[in-house]
Amino acid sequence: MANFSKSNVPQFSVDVYQNEYLPEGGREVNAIVTVSATGGGTIGSAVAAPHLYSPGQGPSAAVALMVDCSGSMDYPPTKMRNARDATAAAIDTLRDGVHFAVIGGTHVAKEVYPGNGRLAVADATTRGQAKQALRRLSAGGGTAIGTWLRLADRLLSSADVAIRHGILLTDGRNEHESPEALKATLDACAGRFTCDARGVGTDWEVKEVTGIASALLGTADIVADPAGLAADFTHMMETAMGKEVADVSLRLWTPVGTTIKYVKQVAPTVEELTDRRTEAGPRAGDYPTGSWGDESRDYHVCVEVPAAGIGQEMLAARVSLVIPQPDGSAQSLGAQGLVRAVWTDDMAASTSINPQVAHYTGQAELAQAIQQGLDARKAGDIDGATAKLGRAVQLASVSGNSDTAKLLAKVVDVVDAAAGTVRLKAKVEEADEMTLETRSTKTVRVKK
Amino acid sequence: MSQMPQLAACPSCEWPLESGDRFCGACGYDLSVVPAPPRDNPTLTMNGAAPPPPSASEAVPVDWPAAPAAGGPGTSPPVHLPDDIPGRDSGDSEPPAGVRFDRRAEPDEYPLAAPGAPGAPGAPDMPTAPDAPSPSAPSGAPAASDAPASPAVPTVPAAPAASAAPQAVDPRTTDPVTPPAGTKTCVACRAGRVDRDGYCENCGHAQPRERDHMEQELDAVAAVSDRGLRHHRNEDAFAVSATALSDGSPAVIAIVCDGVSSATRPDDASLAASRAANESLLESLPRGAHPQQAMHDAIVAASKAVNSLAQEPETVHEQAPYQNSPACTLVGAVVTPTLLIVGWVGDSRVYWVPADRSAPPARLTEDDSWAAQMVAAGLMSEAEAYADERAHAITGWLGADAYELEPHTASFKPDRPGVVVVCTDGLWNYAETAGEMAEAVPLDAPLRPLHTAQVLVGHALDGGGHDNVTVAVLPFPAPSQGAGSA
Repeated sequence: MANFSKSNVPQFSVDVYQNEYLPEGGREVNAIVTVSATGGGTIGSAVAAPHLYSPGQGPSAAVALMVDCSGSMDYPPTKMRNARDATAAAIDTLRDGVHFAVIGGTHVAKEVYPGNGRLAVADATTRGQAKQALRRLSAGGGTAIGTWLRLADRLLSSADVAIRHGILLTDGRNEHESPEALKATLDACAGRFTCDARGVGTDWEVKEVTGIASALLGTADIVADPAGLAADFTHMMETAMGKEVADVSLRLWTPVGTTIKYVKQVAPTVEELTDRRTEAGPRAGDYPTGSWGDESRDYHVCVEVPAAGIGQEMLAARVSLVIPQPDGSAQSLGAQGLVRAVWTDDMAASTSINPQVAHYTGQAELAQAIQQGLDARKAGDIDGATAKLGRAVQLASVSGNSDTAKLLAKVVDVVDAAAGTVRLKAKVEEADEMTLETRSTKTVRVKK
Repeated sequence: MSQMPQLAACPSCEWPLESGDRFCGACGYDLSVVPAPPRDNPTLTMNGAAPPPPSASEAVPVDWPAAPAAGGPGTSPPVHLPDDIPGRDSGDSEPPAGVRFDRRAEPDEYPLAAPGAPGAPGAPDMPTAPDAPSPSAPSGAPAASDAPASPAVPTVPAAPAASAAPQAVDPRTTDPVTPPAGTKTCVACRAGRVDRDGYCENCGHAQPRERDHMEQELDAVAAVSDRGLRHHRNEDAFAVSATALSDGSPAVIAIVCDGVSSATRPDDASLAASRAANESLLESLPRGAHPQQAMHDAIVAASKAVNSLAQEPETVHEQAPYQNSPACTLVGAVVTPTLLIVGWVGDSRVYWVPADRSAPPARLTEDDSWAAQMVAAGLMSEAEAYADERAHAITGWLGADAYELEPHTASFKPDRPGVVVVCTDGLWNYAETAGEMAEAVPLDAPLRPLHTAQVLVGHALDGGGHDNVTVAVLPFPAPSQGAGSA
């Protein structure tokens, strides 16, 4: 059931998990920052009551659905049919009042519905018209994803809404556009809307799809069997409908003399944020996190502070959440957390590692080991691939990341999970390898 | 044996080590480069995991005070005058026990007159004194060694010492209580402003908190508390006050508490305990309660105050996974014109230092500590016990997770003027024996209690300041005039 007592404005909270004790001369401070938003539109509420919000209620939102219509979508023909059905299911999940458009993508982008550079406003009529329009979708042409994204950006920015979101489906490589052009498009669109990306079948490039999702702060996944598209699209749209507040940034203040070694999201997926910093006043910087519904994410912050004497205490970082405004100011979301450093000569205190930090350090290494292992495998480096994937199996087993462990077991024969002893499988389904690569950054939370 | 610190695990890779390992068995880390842990004696409770005891052969002889021979000169406790002190016992109503001895009575610790000094004018007050002294009595030794101690400052008469003192005072002890609210500039970088959390907006350094250094002075008592040099906050607390007994004679109160570092919110525990005990004494003494009974009740009141912290949501919130009740030690002293009452739980102490330094000083409390218990039970010699890593683990404390509360109280009738030093282990780690403590106490202590407390805190800081330091100094007897209610 939807919780009607919940306010529509999410409340943010910040919790910091760290071992603040450093030994004499210690400089590196690690902390896991858990950011939780509660009280917004519950993600599940769209399912139980898809039309809970009457027009004008809830956050104003605009969604662009980008469907690959390149020639390959007809091989097999079920792919196009499933894509059509999935898009229809996603349209059914739109709540009333949400602005939306459907884009058919080939080497150029076509407006499928409503057309004329406009967005439709969801209600029973427009949903029906949109589904009618989907029947006209046919396969033929090339693939230039950048053009789809630019059209989506143009359409989404025509509406004055709080949440702007895209859903992109592709089945092939971005062949009719240079990687530089796509990169330039992503840079231009970053921060203007968020976008989930899905690859259907096995002929697409994992790094392209994950790169789009990463740049546009959305999720990436594989739908190897086109029959699974409808369920996945419905779920994606539910999540998008649950978003309440957009363009949230993690603001990090650090004192003079401190260097930020890295900032990354570590749950639900590993996402490097260090290079995405935007300066925000003296000694402060903003890291984009996209839009938020009822959810919780974890960030790993690592800073290097100037060493201080035993018994000293300092603030190593102050973490807060803000929504940067166009005029350069920022709206504070009221939550903040303190990352501290306390120098002690108590060895027991300074040598212990915070369980959360240890856990996510392992999860980040897991994602990296999978990437490196698969890259080595593609390059024909069997020894390197075996070592890296063996380490990944070990990390997944230790941290209880059973989903990733299952995916790994389809690529390697696990001899001893605890020791990380594996053999590469002689024959690996392409879908299994792509699934592992796409989902390698998924993490599990620390067991409480 | 190896000089290497005993490490439980490799500092590099956490591989478990065995004693005597020179290199890590897993990663080859050279364990000899691990710095020895500093000689720190944090206050710990016994219900944590105790480190393994080093073998007896490793025990380094330490210059601890000679243990009073158990049952030594077989005398009854000499100092307590049962007729003077009705209803003195704290723990129960057993009439003859002037002091709650948890173990065999150790009379040699309690005489405040010089047992080895035959012509001591205080004899009339010490009816049993003739029984006590025997040439071989251990307390004779400190007396002898103290005599040469006084000449350490022999050429400086009291008056010049007093006038020179203002310059000699350790500046660390004379800092006024730093007002973080008043000056908003960071004390570390002198450039940044201080934010609401108490950190500098420029360099991030934590600003001194009110409790980092506290001083208080009344007519006849003064106390100083300092964070020390190695701890990041001050978990000690004190309360001093003056009131009048029902007969109008003055009574001066000092309470000192040391928060247990391994517990949650130790600073709150010590503050609550010191305040509750002080208020209890201020309430009961003017009503005519016997001071010793009043001290017992005050410790019980303090215990309740600390226990109640455990239920506060703040405690539950702060370290939910490691739930640990707030806890602290307590030591208190009440000085009247004729009596000196002490009470304690834990390892904070009271020392008696006579104004006439030819008379021997004394320690008036018996620690609730592992070492003291081992010695009392006859299982270890004092040297062995105090050399053990567990020596400072306390066996009694105030807190919801404490074993049965056993407040110890004792009453003394000193036969000469002197000062009472009430302190936490942050001080007595650097002046363990009564003799060492007397050496550290300035000669003009009875006249300048605040100065004395500052000097003693400075003594601990000069020694390394490994722990929080809190000292209260009360001259005895309490001045008979001008002692109104606090």
